[in-house]
Amino acid sequence: MQAQLQHLQAWAERRLPALTRHRQPEELPIHLHRRRIYIVPTGFGLAFTVLLLVMLVGSLNYANNAALLLTCLLGASTAISMLVAFRTLNGLNVHSVRAGHATAGHPIDVIFDMQATRLRQAVRLDIDRSSVAFDVQGRIDVRVSIPTEHRGWLTLPRFRIWTTWPMGLFRAWTWSRPNVAVLVWPRPEISGPPPTLPDIDSRRQRLHRGEDLASLRDYRSGDSMRHVAWKASARHETLLVKDYEQPQARQEWRLDWRHIHGLDDESRIARLARWLGEAQLQGRPCSLWLPDQSIELGSGPAHYARCMSALALLP
Amino acid sequence: MIGAGHLLHARSVPEQVSHRSFDLMCMAAAFVLAVHAGHLPWWLSAALAMALALRWWQRRERPARVPGWLKVPMLLILVAAVVLNYGNIFGREPGSALAAGLLVLKLTESESPRDARVAAAFACFLLMAALLFGQGLMATAVVALGLLPAMATWQSLEPTQVPTKLSRQLLPALVLLIASLPVTIMSFVLVPRLSSPLWGTSNGQTARTGLSDQMSPSDFSQLLTDDSPAMRVTFDGAPPPNAQRYFRAYVMWDYDGKSWSRADMPVVDALAMQSAGDIGYQVNLEPTHQHILPMLDLPLQAPAQSHMHADGEVLADKPVNDLRQYAARSAMRYRLDTELDPALRARALALPAGFDPRTHAWAAQLRQRFGSNEAGIVSAVLHRFHDGGFSYTLLPAPLGRDAVDDFLFNTREGFCEHYASSFTVVMRAAGIPARVVTGYQGGFWNSLGQYLLVRDSDAHAWSEVWLAGRGWVRIDPTAAVRPQRVSLGAASAAAGQMPWYQSGLLESMRNQWDIVNRMWNQGVIGFDALRQRGLLTPFGVRDADASMLTRLLAVGIALFGVVGLSWALWRRPEGDPALAAMRALERKLARAGVARGRSEGPRNYLRRAIRALPGQRVELDQLMRCYIELRYATIEPSPQSLRAFRQAVRNFQPHRVV
Repeated sequence: MQAQLQHLQAWAERRLPALTRHRQPEELPIHLHRRRIYIVPTGFGLAFTVLLLVMLVGSLNYANNAALLLTCLLGASTAISMLVAFRTLNGLNVHSVRAGHATAGHPIDVIFDMQATRLRQAVRLDIDRSSVAFDVQGRIDVRVSIPTEHRGWLTLPRFRIWTTWPMGLFRAWTWSRPNVAVLVWPRPEISGPPPTLPDIDSRRQRLHRGEDLASLRDYRSGDSMRHVAWKASARHETLLVKDYEQPQARQEWRLDWRHIHGLDDESRIARLARWLGEAQLQGRPCSLWLPDQSIELGSGPAHYARCMSALALLP
Repeated sequence: MIGAGHLLHARSVPEQVSHRSFDLMCMAAAFVLAVHAGHLPWWLSAALAMALALRWWQRRERPARVPGWLKVPMLLILVAAVVLNYGNIFGREPGSALAAGLLVLKLTESESPRDARVAAAFACFLLMAALLFGQGLMATAVVALGLLPAMATWQSLEPTQVPTKLSRQLLPALVLLIASLPVTIMSFVLVPRLSSPLWGTSNGQTARTGLSDQMSPSDFSQLLTDDSPAMRVTFDGAPPPNAQRYFRAYVMWDYDGKSWSRADMPVVDALAMQSAGDIGYQVNLEPTHQHILPMLDLPLQAPAQSHMHADGEVLADKPVNDLRQYAARSAMRYRLDTELDPALRARALALPAGFDPRTHAWAAQLRQRFGSNEAGIVSAVLHRFHDGGFSYTLLPAPLGRDAVDDFLFNTREGFCEHYASSFTVVMRAAGIPARVVTGYQGGFWNSLGQYLLVRDSDAHAWSEVWLAGRGWVRIDPTAAVRPQRVSLGAASAAAGQMPWYQSGLLESMRNQWDIVNRMWNQGVIGFDALRQRGLLTPFGVRDADASMLTRLLAVGIALFGVVGLSWALWRRPEGDPALAAMRALERKLARAGVARGRSEGPRNYLRRAIRALPGQRVELDQLMRCYIELRYATIEPSPQSLRAFRQAVRNFQPHRVV
């Protein structure tokens, strides 16, 4: 049954391009308007229409004007509910799409930033077999998870925004395929050897200790006022902050693509990804050396994300 | 409006019916049971209500599916109960009894949204079916209210619906219903009515107590305590005084010692009478399921689709199964049948043999005393009613075999039927041709609506005696006992004997309220195929036929469609007035060839505009500064600067450079 329906849908899309006019990737923000909102009765809506017809014929046959009035009332409400369904989508904005981080094989969080000036109730978003329902008023983030398979750029599949508000009699929907790709990090290998640490690295261990001044850098919000280099700042346009070298608690890792031998590219990437994950877990500083670029020594989530993204983008 | 977006936790689509949805569904089912309670047997209503309440409690307290071994026997019991009570399961009453039961059973298995939707739709259908049993204003209003929980059920099945207060939950459905009223009225007026039914509608109608062509005491006492409206009458000109509001229905000729019955007199075009004081009037008759059309004493001519008999009865060609309207003229003063046919005379003197010996003796005595002075005999009998210790009561003592003897000489209490019957018997025994007439007398004059409301409780019986030279003369013996009965009406005559809701202030309020019922009856229920055809007469179309109405309906729907679509497409202007003004400026500049690019900031954009339109550098520069200040300098810009900016945008006209 399900397969037949999908087959039918595929056929309809082939034969009736107007149904799926928005199959080309489009730029954000996406504004839903009357030219791209479609509306048809649901199965229940069709059945209810048949019931209304029965009621109409019955009341006409029995010349029962009160019943006719009631039937007209229900029919008119049905018609208005169609307009309400349309109005729920009309004017809705998909302002931006952001993505979280995920390694290949794990679902990635995609966040749709929706906007509407008035309240829209019971809006649903279907993307790649997952479905969420939400109300929109003002601005709202809608989070869905979509499965991933490979590292690298993942173009968002097309998604459908739809609603059967208010009574489930009509379904208004629109298809959309935003020109947005999300980056999927490589999948780390399950197990493997720890990174080899060349002697040169241990010799190069920094001698600086915690209180030593290493450099000056630009002020970032959140920096303590006590660390601002006031004298140096006076000579510059921006505030400068004294950057202190942290005490070297752990040995740093130098993760080098060229030092991994005997593996194909994907396995190398998987191994590097695992090392990066371990370093991140242990809070160990590391640097990443790839064939075409190198990432300096660093630690923390931002550094980890940078390294993983670089790995993800390897050819 | 647009604040920091907050993250929404993905709410999966519910597969289970929430408690609130189920409550609403039960409410809809309860409405259905309530509106059908009038015709269901009481035990079935009670059992269904009990089952509904149990199921509601069970799902709330012990949520579990109802097992199949319980559902199947319940279904069988329901079908068996309906068959035992009605004989079959087809037809209006058994059908709706079965359907109401099925709805309650449906709730025992409504666990998925789909079931709930179907159950609510079924409830809508049953609500409509209830109107087949009575389409009064209150019934229709209650049924329309019953739509609210059904529609709210559908709404509550949508995702993201958090249960709120019940009234808030019902509100959107109410708003939807009110919004759909214009379309409803338009389509109600224009949907072409069938001139003849597609299938038989001659269902056995429940016998409403009304006048009957037999007169026996039990019928009448039931009628006199029934205060449902019987008819509403408007008069051309002033209404006749209360004492002359005699609406005749049946004329009873034959007496068998116990009850009176009518006779089939020949059909005539007009009665043999000399008349004066014509009055025209229109009657709105509630359905009686009989042929009789009550007429103000005495009708000049039968209305359309009816015929008149020689004794002044007017019978419709078809039984009055729906509200019926007719116009007629009557004579207030008349001489009827000054010559009496011998056969009729014999019939009007016939009495069953072997009944009421004392009455016969008394009549003979009167005849002896007054000789040929028949008017004297009449007034002597009326005097006896007035002074002989007779009283008016709706609960008289039962009468024996010689009913008239018993009444005249023993119990001496009764209501109009007793007086009219015994008076007529005395007259016949005394050799004066006489007959009993039943109908309505009095009624409530609604001065606001300018119409006369006649209720079943205004039913009345009186006599007509034939006097030489004067023809048939109306004599109301009840008036001799209780003159208020004629001058004030049945209710006041029986004061203290009526149920509490028919007395005093409440009664008068109900009489006043009846004007709404009348408007409903005339405007909605009485809007039949005939009235619909005459709908367009003011616009010069004499006879609007079905195709004309269909076209009009299509035009009307299209018009409302345009209104609805423009509502649906209408966009609220942008919330931020500064932004809206900026958009207006962008549109103006775009017409001059400087369209704002995607992700182009206002400063860059306006600088580009200045380069493109160097002639308006000063204005544009001013606009840019103004806008930047409005948007970014303050959190809440002052209204003056805002107004100034909007004014400046309005005044700005780009000159295209060649």
